[in-house]
Amino acid sequence: MGNWDWQVLLHDTGGGETYLHWMMSAWGWTCSVAVLSLIVALVVGSIIGILRTTPNPWFVGFGNAWTEFFRNIPLLVQIFIWYHVIPSIFLSLRAVPSFVLVVLALGFFTSSRISEQVRAGINALPKGQRYAGLAMGLTLPQTYRYVLLPMAYRIIIPPLTSESMNIFKNTSVAFAVSIAELTMFALQASEETSRFEEIFIPVTFLYFISAFAINRIAASIEKRVRVPGMLGGAK
Amino acid sequence: MNRLDFSFFDWNVVSSFILKGLYFSVELTIIAMMGGIVLGTLLALMRLSEKPWLVQPAAAYVNLFRSIPLVMVILWFFLLIPKLIGHSLGGQLSAIITFTFFEAAYYSEIMRAGIQSVPRGQVGAGYAVGMTYAQCMKLVVLPQAFRNMLPVLFTQTIILFQDTSLVYAVGEYDLLKGFEVAGKNYNRPIETYLIAAVVYFVICFSLSMLVRQLQKKIAIIR
Repeated sequence: MGNWDWQVLLHDTGGGETYLHWMMSAWGWTCSVAVLSLIVALVVGSIIGILRTTPNPWFVGFGNAWTEFFRNIPLLVQIFIWYHVIPSIFLSLRAVPSFVLVVLALGFFTSSRISEQVRAGINALPKGQRYAGLAMGLTLPQTYRYVLLPMAYRIIIPPLTSESMNIFKNTSVAFAVSIAELTMFALQASEETSRFEEIFIPVTFLYFISAFAINRIAASIEKRVRVPGMLGGAK
Repeated sequence: MNRLDFSFFDWNVVSSFILKGLYFSVELTIIAMMGGIVLGTLLALMRLSEKPWLVQPAAAYVNLFRSIPLVMVILWFFLLIPKLIGHSLGGQLSAIITFTFFEAAYYSEIMRAGIQSVPRGQVGAGYAVGMTYAQCMKLVVLPQAFRNMLPVLFTQTIILFQDTSLVYAVGEYDLLKGFEVAGKNYNRPIETYLIAAVVYFVICFSLSMLVRQLQKKIAIIR
């Protein structure tokens, strides 16, 4: 492995900051892309997942088509489509910063996976719960809001956790459209400094602890919302 | 709105740019799938053994690879292999090695679930008729674990096929690169990205339909 020279992280990049500063700002970009895409994915994925469990065949068909569409095209291709193709077809979108396009790409890609989980969570509940809600005189939206979704979301916390960790890992694909996130930093900084391990080890570590932090946050949410006596409430 | 023009895209383009990339993507997928399942099964057996010196390294391997982005792993392997063995293996071979080791972590979790889906009593029954551990695994547990997990293994393979596009990071010539090069040559990048999306969609969607059929078949047998 040769001699390590960790001081390289404190060298000046030529822009008045050290590589360490640059790395931290890159981590910030990674986190912002991940968190914003996660919000997009949760909102869109929930709507699509719910549509797929409604009695209306048009809603179900639309939800299924959405999910298959975004699930069967590689993320990198989707990012290229958002970044290269959409602004050149819809010229008004040319002013949209690439950061936003990547957030939408990653968010919609992940929404297909989250919609699968939301659908599975709702379908995992006994059918009687839906009928009980409707029989009580609740409207369909009320049944979802007060009867089905509160339990469905608790069931799917574990797969949602791993999807949130995936979104952090998937932000690394954004390097392909020059977002200044961690992978981009690793590539550029290791080329500028001709140092490989000294740059890649901390970057890998940052990915590692980001995913770990998400895991811990999700575990604490799971603990706080659990219903006594149900679904792992008494383990 | 720019006009889209797909007229340049004929068999000539497909045969000179696309097929070469498709061939490598498929080759990478199949080799990494086979290597990944073999290595993953070994890791799963290690994790399910009762010896801590087997459990812990396997668990560490799986957790490490599952928490690092694939792009980072590709870059690590691409830059570390030459340092370790002294010479470069070339992009294709190093991509194959990377994907095999990376996917093994994911396949191992699937195989672990598959092995655990076989009732415990069957292992006891195997021992009771005088089988060794290896015979019991080979003849009783693993065949059932494979069959139960076949749809999930194939679904992971479809994801693997999609992920092969990430060799973009080291500039290897895969299916996506083929479309990109064709787009540059004919100055039609927008159209080629769209065709790439359609081609990936058709391949992955038809494969996932096949997996769904398989799942139904297996469910009936059970």
